[in-house]
Amino acid sequence: MSAHQQGTGSAYFIDTKKQEIETHTLAVIAENQPGVLARIIGLFAGRGYNIDSLTVSETEHEKHVSRFTIVTTGTAAVITQIKAQLDRMVPVHSVADLTAEGNFLARELALVKVNGLGDKRIEALRLGDAFRARVVDASVESFVFELTGKPDKIDQFISLMMPLGLVEVSRTGVAAISRGIEVLKD
Amino acid sequence: MADEELMTGAEIVLRALADQGVAHVFGYPGGAVLPIYDEFFQQEKVKHILVRHEQGATHMAEGYARSTGKCGVALATSGPGATNCVTGLTDAMLDSIPMVLITGQVPTHLIGMDAFQECDTVGITRPCTKQNWLVKNVNDLARIIHEAFYVAMTGRPGPVVVDIPKDVQFAKGKYTGPEGVIVKSYQPKTAPNVTAIEAAIDLISKAKRPLLYTGGGVINSGLEASKLLREFVALSGIPITSTLMGLGAYPASGKEWLGMLGMHGTYEANMAMHDCDVMINVGARFDDRITGRLDAFAPNSKKIHIDIDPSSINKTVKVDIPIVADVKQALAALLAEWKKRGVKLDAVSLDSWKRKIDQWKSVDCLKYKPNRDVIMPQYAIQRLYELTKTRDTYITTEVGQHQMWAAQFYRFEEPNRWMTSGGLGTMGYGLPAAVGVQAAHPKSLVIDIAGDASVQMTMQEFSTAIQYRLPVKIFIVNNHYMGMVRQWQQLLHGNRLSESYSDALPDFVKLAEAYGGTGLRCSKPAELDAAIMQMINTPGPVLFDCEVANLANCFPMIPSGKAHNEMLLGADVSDEDVGSAIDARGKQLV
Repeated sequence: MSAHQQGTGSAYFIDTKKQEIETHTLAVIAENQPGVLARIIGLFAGRGYNIDSLTVSETEHEKHVSRFTIVTTGTAAVITQIKAQLDRMVPVHSVADLTAEGNFLARELALVKVNGLGDKRIEALRLGDAFRARVVDASVESFVFELTGKPDKIDQFISLMMPLGLVEVSRTGVAAISRGIEVLKD
Repeated sequence: MADEELMTGAEIVLRALADQGVAHVFGYPGGAVLPIYDEFFQQEKVKHILVRHEQGATHMAEGYARSTGKCGVALATSGPGATNCVTGLTDAMLDSIPMVLITGQVPTHLIGMDAFQECDTVGITRPCTKQNWLVKNVNDLARIIHEAFYVAMTGRPGPVVVDIPKDVQFAKGKYTGPEGVIVKSYQPKTAPNVTAIEAAIDLISKAKRPLLYTGGGVINSGLEASKLLREFVALSGIPITSTLMGLGAYPASGKEWLGMLGMHGTYEANMAMHDCDVMINVGARFDDRITGRLDAFAPNSKKIHIDIDPSSINKTVKVDIPIVADVKQALAALLAEWKKRGVKLDAVSLDSWKRKIDQWKSVDCLKYKPNRDVIMPQYAIQRLYELTKTRDTYITTEVGQHQMWAAQFYRFEEPNRWMTSGGLGTMGYGLPAAVGVQAAHPKSLVIDIAGDASVQMTMQEFSTAIQYRLPVKIFIVNNHYMGMVRQWQQLLHGNRLSESYSDALPDFVKLAEAYGGTGLRCSKPAELDAAIMQMINTPGPVLFDCEVANLANCFPMIPSGKAHNEMLLGADVSDEDVGSAIDARGKQLV
C-alpha cells in the first residue's frame, strides 16, 4: 500500500485519532551487562515510547543473560518500530512480541498494606481470602496481603481495598511467558 | 603466567590499535589518558595527530572514515575531553559513520566520587553511540577494543566509545588478538531474502515510471556497491536520484542522473519522485529533508526499500517490499535475478517517462541571475568545480547554504569524495573533516567548502593542519550572514533578521597568516579563476575568503510542510512568494 492510502502517516501531521492504540507485552533477552537497562529505558524515553510496566532479572546466571518483560502501548506501527529498535541494540539477543504471537501468561505480584479496625478489618480479610491473597504480615491494626495474578485482578483487589483502609501498595510489574511448548530463543 | 607476557592496559590499547590496522589517531591528551600517551611516545606504528579541541578529533575521524571506508579513531581524556566529543559522536550516529572513540576515565575507585574531570562518559554517550563500554578489568580490555571495532564497522556502521579508567591503563593484563572476535548477541543480517528479491524484480519489471533513490548506505557498503549500482542502472535504464549522503555513488555525468533530491534537490528529481510508479530506495532512510510532506510523498508509487537496519523499514514511509540486507549483496542479487530472467522494461513507457523527465530538466531549476560585479555563490562553486574536476579532489562542507550549493553545483563522479554532515547538520564539521581526509590522502587536493559562520566554529583546527603540513584548502563562501538562517527568517518570520548577520567577522587573510598559513581573498568574478588556481597551487593550508553576493538564497526549495511538486524555483521567486511560501502548520517544522 502506498503512503497515500495509509491516511496521512505524516511525521509532521500525525493524526493519532484515526490510529488505534494497542497494548503489547514484549519479552527481550539481553546480555546482563552494565548499562543494558539504561540503554533500553533511554530508547523508550528518547523516542517517546510508553512503558506501562517493565520487569527485569537475570534468568540464566551462567550465560549472564537477562529477561526483560515490557508492557507498552502504541499504534501497530509504533509497536513494530519499538521491536526493531530493541532488536538492533548490540547487547540484545532477541525480542518477542508475546501479544502478537498469541497465547501467553502474564502475572504480577503485589504486596498490599491495609490498616484498620473492626468490620472493615474483617471485610478486608474476607476479600483477601476470596482473591486467594496470603496474609504475610499482621498486627492488631494492619495486614499485609501478598497477591499474584493478572494485572487487572490486582487492580480490582486494590480498588476493593481502597475503602477498607488501603495505605500502601508495592507491585512487581508483569512477568510473562508463552503457553505451550514454544520457547523464546536467545 | 610469567610477568613478561603481561602488558599494561596502555600497551594493550596501542597493540590493539596496531592490530586493527589503525594508522592515524586524532586526539588530545589529559590527565586520565597520560599512560596511553606515554605509549604513543614509545612506538611508531600508529601516528597521533594532535587536535585543538576534541570535537575536531571526532570530525577528523569521520572525514578519515568516510573518505577511506576504514574506521576513524579518536582519543580524548575524561570529563571535558569526553563531553566535547558528544557532537561528533551524534553526527557519526546519524550519518552511520564508523568511529571508535577511546576516552580516559578517572581511576576505578574514584568513579562516582565527583572526582576532578570525572563525568559519566558511558551515560552521556549512550544515546549517541551504537554501543559503549566502561572497562573495569584490564583482562577485558583487548577483547572490548576488538569488539568495538567490529561493532563500529559491521551492520549499519556507527560510533562506539571505550571508556578506560586510568588504573586500568596502568594495570597489567593479558592481550588477545582480533581474531575470532564475535559478539553473540549482535549478528547483523547482510544477505537478502530470496523471495523479496524475486518480488522486487517482479515489481520493477512491470514498472512504467521506475526511479532509483539512493543514499549513504551505498557509500557505506563500499566501492563494490557503487560499481553494482552503476551496472544496474546501465542494464535497466532506470533514472536515478540520490540523497545528500549518497552523492558520488552514481556519477553526476551519468546518463540517467537527475541530481540530488529533497528540500534543495533538483526539480526533475523531486517531480520524478512524486510521479514515479515504482521507487527503489537503495540505502536511504526516507529522511524528512527528502520526503517533504509525507501524506503527499510519491502518492502513486510502490516502494522497494533496501536497508541493512530493520528499524529503518516502515519507520516513516510504508514500503511494499522491504529488503533487509547490505546494499552490495542486495544489488548483486537483484542483478543476478534480472539477468537470469532477461528482464526488459517496457520501452514505450520508459521512453515517455524519460521524455517527461527531460521536460522537467528543461526548467533548468538551478539557474540563477549571473552578475558581473559580484561573485554569485553558485558561480563560485561552479568555477571551483571546473578548475578541480580533473584533479584527485575530495570535498568537505560545513552546514548551510554553501553546503546545499556545493551539493547542487559540484558534480561528483566517484564515491567517498564527498564528506558532509547530513543528518545532524553540524556547523563546524567541514574544516576538521578536511584535515582528517587529508591525513588519509596526503597527496590529494582536499577542499572544505565553508561558510563564514560555520568555519568559525572549529577554526582552531587550521592550526592542526599547519602543524602536520596537511595542505587543506578552506574555501569560504563569505556572504556575511548565517545564510540559511536568514533564508528561513525571510521565509517564515517576515524578513526580521534576528541575529543572523555575521558582525565583526575576522579578516580571514590575516587570520590565516596568524596561524602560519596562506590567506587569499577574491571579490570580483573576473578574478575568481586566477585566485582559485592560486589556492590550488599554494603548497600549504589556505584560507580562501571568497566574498560573494550577500543576499543570494538557495533554490529550488521545497518549503517545509509541502509536497515534492510544490517547489519554489529560484529564478521566478518574488519577495512575496518567499514571504507566503510556508503556511502556519509548516512554520512549526524545522
